[in-house]
Amino acid sequence: MATMWTTRVRRATIEKIDPQDALPDNQPSYVASWIYVFGVLTLAGLAVIIGSGLVLTIRGASWWHTSNVGHYVNSVHLWSVELFFVFMVVHLWGKFWMAAWRGRRFQTWVTGVFCFLSSLATAFTGYLIQGDFDSQWIATQAKDGLNSVGIGSFFNTLNSGQALLLHVALLPLAVGIIVVWHVVLVRKNGVVPPLDAKEILGGAK
Amino acid sequence: MVSLALSLNGPAKFITWGFISVSVPNLIMIGLIIVFFALALVLPFPSHKQDGK
Repeated sequence: MATMWTTRVRRATIEKIDPQDALPDNQPSYVASWIYVFGVLTLAGLAVIIGSGLVLTIRGASWWHTSNVGHYVNSVHLWSVELFFVFMVVHLWGKFWMAAWRGRRFQTWVTGVFCFLSSLATAFTGYLIQGDFDSQWIATQAKDGLNSVGIGSFFNTLNSGQALLLHVALLPLAVGIIVVWHVVLVRKNGVVPPLDAKEILGGAK
Repeated sequence: MVSLALSLNGPAKFITWGFISVSVPNLIMIGLIIVFFALALVLPFPSHKQDGK
């Protein structure tokens, strides 16, 4: 009898991840360093981005450009993106110089790369849909750049409807899926130990 | 009424050096990244003392 798809999904997820690794209450001593905090700070930034973005999506451009509360939520959305990237770059530098792909963590590293790239695309389309002269300037400049590399007709930055739907639907979905995948891999393989670490605990290999 | 030392209502100032052009706010954020990274490496992390140690 063929294995049911539910069984295959269960084996591919729950049975491959030890509950102690998924939700640990103990971490190796080397995790007690500020450089290990920036991954979760990036996640916190993403949570604020999604929350403020949902409010902006519901109320629309005429609200965020004309009301005080709209200006505030729009600014929260912008600055949470700025901090999201600040934290992500510090996280990236820390993991790069720690050679975080060691110990069969290649997939974790690669999903992190795709988190970064998809976040860049999402942030860029966000700039395109501000609905002001700034977004028009960015769209026309980017149109020249994307035309020059031959993808201007596929991704037309002057098409604000395309940019809007990419920003509020497709790209956040992509970022969300990749981030969840990245975090699951981190929990499955454990955080990478420093290059000179002797203690290996908490799922770290 | 307290006024901001830095106005946030106008377009950002840009610093241009050859082909490099960067806005002051973006330059501040890049500086912040470097400062955060350096501090994360040198600042001690607060931790609970374990029993018997």
